Amino acid sequence: MYDTGKIITGLIVFLCLITFPLWYDAFTGKAATKPEPKIITKEKQCVEATPYMRDSHMKLLIQWRDRVVREKMYSYKGSDGKNYTMSLTKTCLNCHSNKQQFCDQCHNYVGVTPTCWNCHIIPEEKS
Amino acid sequence: MLEKALTGSKKYWALLSLLGGIIVVGFFCYLKQLSFGLGITGMSRDVSWGLYIAQFTFLVGVAASAVMVVLPYYLHHYKLFGRITILGEFLAVASVTMCLSFIIADLGRPDRAFNVLLYPTPSSILFWDMVVLNGYLVLNIVIGWTVLAAERADVPPPKWVKPLIYLSIPWAVSIHTVTAFIYAGLPGRGFWLTAIMAPRFLASAFASGPALLILLGFIVRKFSKFDPGKEAFQTLAKIVTYAMLISIFFVLMELFTAFYSQIPEHMSHFQYLFFGLHGHTKLVPWMWSFVILAVGATFLLINPNTRKNEKTLALACVAVFVSLWIEKGLGLVVTGFIPSPLEEITEYTPTAPEVLITLGIWAIGFSILTVLYKIAVSIKEEVGS
Amino acid sequence: MDNSKRTFLKVAGISLLGIGSKPLQKALAVNEEPKILPSPDALTGKRWAMIIDMKKCKEDCQDCLKACHQVHNVPDLGNPKDEVKWIWKEPYEKAFPGDETVYMQEYIDQTLKGSQFITLCNHCDNPPCVRVCPTKATWKREDGIVMMDYHRCIGCRFCMAGCPYGSRSLNWRDPRPFIKEINKEFPTRERGVVEKCNFCSERLAKGLIPACVEACKEKALVFGDLEDANSELRGLLRAHHTIRRKPQLGTMPQIYYIA
Repeated sequence: MYDTGKIITGLIVFLCLITFPLWYDAFTGKAATKPEPKIITKEKQCVEATPYMRDSHMKLLIQWRDRVVREKMYSYKGSDGKNYTMSLTKTCLNCHSNKQQFCDQCHNYVGVTPTCWNCHIIPEEKS
Repeated sequence: MLEKALTGSKKYWALLSLLGGIIVVGFFCYLKQLSFGLGITGMSRDVSWGLYIAQFTFLVGVAASAVMVVLPYYLHHYKLFGRITILGEFLAVASVTMCLSFIIADLGRPDRAFNVLLYPTPSSILFWDMVVLNGYLVLNIVIGWTVLAAERADVPPPKWVKPLIYLSIPWAVSIHTVTAFIYAGLPGRGFWLTAIMAPRFLASAFASGPALLILLGFIVRKFSKFDPGKEAFQTLAKIVTYAMLISIFFVLMELFTAFYSQIPEHMSHFQYLFFGLHGHTKLVPWMWSFVILAVGATFLLINPNTRKNEKTLALACVAVFVSLWIEKGLGLVVTGFIPSPLEEITEYTPTAPEVLITLGIWAIGFSILTVLYKIAVSIKEEVGS
Repeated sequence: MDNSKRTFLKVAGISLLGIGSKPLQKALAVNEEPKILPSPDALTGKRWAMIIDMKKCKEDCQDCLKACHQVHNVPDLGNPKDEVKWIWKEPYEKAFPGDETVYMQEYIDQTLKGSQFITLCNHCDNPPCVRVCPTKATWKREDGIVMMDYHRCIGCRFCMAGCPYGSRSLNWRDPRPFIKEINKEFPTRERGVVEKCNFCSERLAKGLIPACVEACKEKALVFGDLEDANSELRGLLRAHHTIRRKPQLGTMPQIYYIA
């Protein structure tokens, strides 16, 4: 086999690099803390059940977005039978009224940056 | 076969490093453009396409011109071109890659480029351009690579590649036709609203592409043991001659229709190009350079003595390439916007980052070309010896 | 080529085909009970259109332009190169080019020469911008409004080349720092997307007429349903001779001018 030394060294460097996050956590002891989103809300009930919202809110939001913009649909019948205006800033953030303590908690933890706020304006935050 | 690209002379590596350096500079400018937006370029609300789209348009022509060596060889069994078809095909690969890069560089939201696939829209010519350009890229990579591999192994190319080669001939015509349709179908742009746009594109492509191929052939011959053959160059030169004549003829047709009809929205653009409009004359020196170079090149090409002399032929090819770059890569796109449909005259000058990004993409193309030609030439040398 | 490489290429190819079939899967999916409905207060029309009475329009008034740009967070970049505009004033001879013979200007239409016409998206019945868009980011609604989906636009600017009225603007840079007073009810745009007048679709959904129409004290702008024979719009069309910008292009613009 040619260049055995180089190949093995390369593999070791590669392994070190991809396992870096694990080493980093182990040595610094600074494992990321679990997110604790806070809901500061007037209502008890979301448009859909919490488990659904927890894992599919992005799909719901994209559905709302497309229906409003492209099909001029504005009203959503929630699982509680009530009609809601399909609006991120006016409906969602009316209840989840603190983006930092609600949205950002998990988004920062999992390292996603939704681009919503490049255009949509964050309502004044209530604590 | 890729291993052939990994060994080479000092000059080969020096060239690749130089191109690499230009690419790095261009890439940094592109990062700047990504963070700032397209406002970093000289484009404006009135002149909303500029250097990027113009380069794209010009290079589609260079890519399409591969058909000028493929067609005589495969359809007419013109044996002399057998040695250079691979050079034509690899030139097409490099050119189409540049075309696609220029489109991406021109997008305001390149991160959403795949929306063209996610929401396919057959009414849009840009959708079809995406289809034909990518198809042409794949066709040329597959054909070039397979035929070259067969040549290396000293066996005839596999049977399945023949239909692909035949397909690549009309496909080459389609890429430039579809690109012309981007312009020729817009109701408010008198400069582009001409049925002759696609034929004109093809004619200029069949002049500029083979002219570049001749020059590349000369370079390859100088730096390697591979010689495409004097006769092949001469046949290519004749193709360039005819295509150049037809090109000039088509431009004259456009001028006649615009200036004889005197319809302002057709005529004013040509006035801007050749004489300037209300004191705006930025493109005038360029266009007269085009005229001088094009006419000069035509004389050198028509005269059998200067055409057969490889020194003057090279000169003519440079003139053809530069003149058509001015005509298509500079004049055609920008002038469509000047004056605007609201008769506003906004001139366009590319900015430094825009030019550097453009050079970066050209360098990407030339790196690909260098590597592919290195492989092809090494194999030709190997087979020849 | 060895066997594993070949198998890999086959699988990769088939997977690529799979991506293309997504729209098909969507089309075949069965619709559930309607959870999503139109707004109950929305103004509805079969074919929205607008009349601009230039005889009423005051030369130095900017009310409609300001109202629109304020409501829609249209930035003021302060230079024509990067300019973004939804509704603006254009001298007659630029809004209606080709009409500027010497005699016309000298003797016939002194009133029109240099007069500032209100220009905006024409919400064409046969819009070239929609035809050329490669992603359906701009499309014509069944009520005639030519819409923009800023979530989908890739910023190729084919629509800007296609529009014969100069009604479209690209965000050449981040617009936010150039918006004087942000209207929190309406999103801004981000750099790299094209924008234009949306006939106030967001206001129509709430039962409101377009902001420019509402802002005009002279009642020079009238918005209405072209297919409603009793609309004010139809009345005005019957009573006056109206002109449209570049009708010869076949775009069928739906902004009518009383000149």
